[in-house]
Amino acid sequence: MAIDCLVLGAGQEVGKSCVVVTINGKRIMFDCGMHLGYHDHHQYPDFSRISDSRDYNTALSCVIITHFHLDHIGALAYFTEVCGYNGPIYMTYPTMALAPLMLEDYRKVMVDRRGEAEQFTNDHIMECMKKVVPVDLKQTIQVDEDLQIRAYYAGHVLGAAMFYAKVGDAAMVYTGDYSMTPDRHLGAAQIDRMQLDLLITESTYATTIRDSKYGREREFLKAVHNCVASGGKVLIPTFALGRAQELCILLDDYWERMSLKVPIYYSAGLTVQANMYYKMLISWTSQKVKETYSTRNAFDFKNVQKFDRSMIDAPGPCVLFATPGMISGGFSLEVFKRWAPSKLNLITLPGYCVAGTIGHKLMSGKPTKIDLDKDTQIDVQCQVHQLAFSPHTDSKGIMDLVKFLSPKHVILVHGEKPKMATLKERIHSELGIPCHDPANNETVSISSTLSVKAEASSMFIQSCSTPNFKFLKRNLNDKIDSSCKAGVGGTSSLFIRKCSGLHFKHLNRNLDAKFDSSLSCGPELQVSDDRVKEGVLVMENGKKPKVVHQDELLLFLGEQEHEVRFANCRPVYVGNLGETHVMNCLSRKSVWLSQLFSKLSSELSDRNVQNLGEYLQVESFTLSICSKENCPYRTTNRIENECAIVFCCCSWLVADEILAWKIISILEKHDLGST
Amino acid sequence: MEFTCLSKGGCFYFPPCHMLNICGFRIQFDCPVDFSALPIFSPVPFDFDVLSDKELSSHLGHDSLNLENVSEEKTEKPLDVGSLIKAEPCYKIIKNLCLWNPSFTNIVLISSPMGMLGLPFLTREKGFSAKIYATEATTKLGKIMMDDLVAMHMEFKQFYGSEDDAILHWMRPEELKLLHRALRGVAFGQDGADLGGWMPMYSAADVKDCMQKVETLRYGEEACYNGALVIKAFSSGLEIGACNWTINCPKRDIAYISSSIFFSSNAMDFDYLALQKETIIYSDFSSLELMNAIENYTRVPLMDNNLLPLGSNEEALANLLSDPAETVEESEKLSFICSCAIQSVESGGSVLIPMNRLGVTLQLLEQISASLDYSNLKVPIYFISSVAEELLAFANVIPEWLCKQRQQKLFSGEQVFAFVELLKEKKLHVFPAVHSPKLLMNWQEPCIVFCPHWSLRLGPVVHLLRRWCGDPSSLLVLENGLNVELALLPFKPMNMKVLQCSFQSGIKLEKVQPLLKVLQPNFAVLPENLSRLINSNTESFTVFSYSEGKTLCVPNLKDSLELEITSDSAMSFCWRKLHQGNVDITRLKGELSLNCGKFKLFPENAQVATDQRPLIHWGQPDLEKLLTVLSKLGIEGSLQQEVSGAESSNVRFIHIHDPTTGVIEIQESMTIISVVDKTLSARIFYALNSVLDGV
Ligand SMILES: [Zn+2]
Ligand SMILES: [Zn+2]
Ligand SMILES: [Zn+2]
Repeated sequence: MAIDCLVLGAGQEVGKSCVVVTINGKRIMFDCGMHLGYHDHHQYPDFSRISDSRDYNTALSCVIITHFHLDHIGALAYFTEVCGYNGPIYMTYPTMALAPLMLEDYRKVMVDRRGEAEQFTNDHIMECMKKVVPVDLKQTIQVDEDLQIRAYYAGHVLGAAMFYAKVGDAAMVYTGDYSMTPDRHLGAAQIDRMQLDLLITESTYATTIRDSKYGREREFLKAVHNCVASGGKVLIPTFALGRAQELCILLDDYWERMSLKVPIYYSAGLTVQANMYYKMLISWTSQKVKETYSTRNAFDFKNVQKFDRSMIDAPGPCVLFATPGMISGGFSLEVFKRWAPSKLNLITLPGYCVAGTIGHKLMSGKPTKIDLDKDTQIDVQCQVHQLAFSPHTDSKGIMDLVKFLSPKHVILVHGEKPKMATLKERIHSELGIPCHDPANNETVSISSTLSVKAEASSMFIQSCSTPNFKFLKRNLNDKIDSSCKAGVGGTSSLFIRKCSGLHFKHLNRNLDAKFDSSLSCGPELQVSDDRVKEGVLVMENGKKPKVVHQDELLLFLGEQEHEVRFANCRPVYVGNLGETHVMNCLSRKSVWLSQLFSKLSSELSDRNVQNLGEYLQVESFTLSICSKENCPYRTTNRIENECAIVFCCCSWLVADEILAWKIISILEKHDLGST
Repeated sequence: MEFTCLSKGGCFYFPPCHMLNICGFRIQFDCPVDFSALPIFSPVPFDFDVLSDKELSSHLGHDSLNLENVSEEKTEKPLDVGSLIKAEPCYKIIKNLCLWNPSFTNIVLISSPMGMLGLPFLTREKGFSAKIYATEATTKLGKIMMDDLVAMHMEFKQFYGSEDDAILHWMRPEELKLLHRALRGVAFGQDGADLGGWMPMYSAADVKDCMQKVETLRYGEEACYNGALVIKAFSSGLEIGACNWTINCPKRDIAYISSSIFFSSNAMDFDYLALQKETIIYSDFSSLELMNAIENYTRVPLMDNNLLPLGSNEEALANLLSDPAETVEESEKLSFICSCAIQSVESGGSVLIPMNRLGVTLQLLEQISASLDYSNLKVPIYFISSVAEELLAFANVIPEWLCKQRQQKLFSGEQVFAFVELLKEKKLHVFPAVHSPKLLMNWQEPCIVFCPHWSLRLGPVVHLLRRWCGDPSSLLVLENGLNVELALLPFKPMNMKVLQCSFQSGIKLEKVQPLLKVLQPNFAVLPENLSRLINSNTESFTVFSYSEGKTLCVPNLKDSLELEITSDSAMSFCWRKLHQGNVDITRLKGELSLNCGKFKLFPENAQVATDQRPLIHWGQPDLEKLLTVLSKLGIEGSLQQEVSGAESSNVRFIHIHDPTTGVIEIQESMTIISVVDKTLSARIFYALNSVLDGV
């Protein structure tokens, strides 16, 4: 079986994330984003590649949206309302609550800026949202009989999730955007260890390694404080949601601590509504912020007030949050035009700006003039502060996640081509995992796990589940030692957890393990176990495969055992022992046996040698004194010094072949009389 | 699987408690407190004067009894306020639970906040080490309710002082003799023999300690216990965060159904489709309580099968279950309460609603305030509890745990609950206690008060009842499940109007059978009274009925377990085709693991292939074929002619001549290879193996 991955967006670029994955016949679209840097058909993923007939309802099992950023959700209303997708759409509660605000905000910007026919209307957004099924974290959702999905906390923005999907035996994770370190308002990504065939991960910062976030946050606060202290105005262009609330929490808290009175403004009315959502969804934030719900909800900002357009040219310092981010148009552009010419003012920009936006132009070099269009030129004298903290993971975080999940394959998306190539090479060479970085509209096919489902008998399972007494007889050093040897020799190993008593567990594949990059994967104790080999798998045409214990196999097959033994009747030199003692035949035999017994016991100290009177036994090997004249197993008939020789009839099973030949060689070298 | 019902509970506030043994693990369901006996204690006296009066009278009463020293039954005076026990109250837990050593319990599953209130009693036991699972919302609500309980109980502690050894003073035999017969009945059962299960209140530290042992889950989240069990919670609709459970272990799939509500106005609806499991344990006694009240009900079949939709297809059944009649009934009840409340305030009386149900409280808050608005009445609503503020704040930040209609409010940008606006508009006031200064400044009568505790012995309700019990225009709203006569004893003479109502607390009797039909279990473990109503002949499942205090064994359905073998593993096996039939066979190789209730075989880490030789053989060797194989291997031998007439005709010999001499003895069920040379013997074994079947 194969997993096919068609990358419709965010292939070797950032923007319009959209990956269509086919697993065991189920097709899932992960994210349905738009590209902010384009205004033509490149803006949306090329959906026609999913289905020639454009019948998306039969082509797709479901759509999964990881978070509310436009590069992940921007094309959704277009896809459902214009392209006609009607099937289920899954996203987390916060994403579902905040997505319409995000889409509507962007729609307005588009209409304002271009004045052209809108690609989707507000009704489209509302209709689209009706198709959404909200999901909670870690909740296993059965999309249909075969397809299971589950969301995991991804940090990044409120409600961002990584999604796990499983069909039959094949399983994968699509990360969306994530952060591996907690910040002031969100926690770090968290996921269980799982068996995965494929991991599709973002790689925005494929080669960057960042230090602590708190230091960078301080830099930002200092820059803002310095600006307002010298009477300047601070413009913070952001999208209505996410970064805006994060910075607001930072500033509100800082203002409180420093007793600052300079006003902080919000440009759009909709952010008030957004804050209401943040308040109700506070359980999706960081531990620290979460705990404020019962006292003073951290999203009840004390120092933040609404901004009026007429205040743009008002004198005095202030801080203003204005949409959209990256200064791609709208109100933030309007304010930028007015404030940019003054040296006193400060513009803060996010760590990443899409090519084509003013934000991008400000970041590349330090321009003093920016051409808005043919006729408009903006004089840029203000200071620019680039936010050095980002809600995306750095390359160490990506490597940690890949290492932790140890998938069979990795696909990189949502990054810049050259950096992705570097990371791809690292994942391949350092972790030994095949890694791909397909471009847009390319398909990657990987093979996926298949498994046989057999009915195992209780006897087999019980035999494997009960404690291994062999292991209890030896001391600890022996155990570990023998297990190493056994491992090399191909013996199966079973990991037994000390604390769990009778119940064993395979720690290497412990699904419970919470994500922790420092977690060591080694088992607590490795114990050699041959009991798996006592299981026999029987496959009969047209019947379910069956696993039985070897002791019940013949009964199961309805067959009679045919034992195969080895036998050897060999002479053993007993010296004068036979002659000197005048004893009856029986007691002579028992003397010889006990002599042989002590010999074997001392030579085979690690074995349990038993003297059962009539014969000696070690495992399946038996030895008796043979008095038959023409014993069929007697291979040497020519005997010198007959009275110093007795015949020992040996017999064994193939399982103890090595042991048997060892005993025979001991017997050959043996001289009973000399001891 | 072994199932023991420890208690079938009593009312909404006292859910059932059970023990389940499965796959070698012991699971306890819920750990409630039985508050029904709490009213035998006297509430905290209003002030010391009142106390001394009453104490005086009660002592006199006792003295006179002692003096007379005759049979109490004849001369016992009528039950009055003096008969109540004047001591720091104790709380009753499940008495059967005391028979089970808590250190042997592996898992405790908490289905609702009410099922959690007894948990600190259990977790403070020595040796308790079980893993406790509850939903996040249940855990938080349970914690809030326990904190409240501890805070309310503190009033007693302050009054009686904290002499720990004196707590159970009233239980001494000589004291018990003095106890009124009616109270003894309530406290110790009809025969007065049930002395166990009384506990002094836990401390805030006990609660904190208990909370640290709880593992929280979301609805539908998989919890994997020890690799062997997969436990999931699904919404039951009873209360915010309340849940039913599914437990998967390699041998059995179980669904545990606690009291559930198909349509809830606050909590997420009963997710019954997730409970389609092989074995169903039904533990909703709410309909049976009702049934007990109606005599002769047992003879009436639960549901006429003819009334079921034709063919009983799933859709029709689902429609039946989603019949909203019960919702209508509930909202009528609430409307009635509202109208009574309006009447009271219109006539100048106040309304007291002592309730500990978050769901109903939130709904009544909304409806009463709407009714007040409608009637244009400016009457304040107070919510008085040490945890009121936290409770409301919490309700406002858990949209994931609410019903569809509430969630829809979130998605359309409205407040999920009306109380947010009510608080802003100062129509609703929240205070931690009756004596908080802010309350005294704000207090206005008539008013509507929501406060704990429904037993009328703890919390603000005691003080407010004392204040209003003489006012005939005031209204007291009580819930069913309370012994009203006993509960109101300290507030006599009672002139307030009392409205006692029962809110829906579980699955309606008529929906039980359709539900089971939809769930299609193989085994249904039902309460005795319920199983009598189900005609097991017409059902596709086997019914097992259980009763309190008895252990029920439910047999296993399957003897085999599923083992998943990865194809990588399967490929590395040494497969062998049997001579007869189209059968392939191999020994297993690899690492067996049990994870999330599933056995899996993974390829082993060290990939060194050792050619393992078959250890078991069967069938009969074809000797001609064996000779051919041997000669192909360069081994020459000849079959010894059968000794005619010999008795041991079953034994045949092949004599090996080359490369060395040797013999193969073939018996009916055994072959013996005898050659001196090690390698040759191995080669002969190889040849023999190829003419036999083996593994
Ligand atoms: Zn993002
Ligand atoms: Zn993104
Ligand atoms: Zn012999």
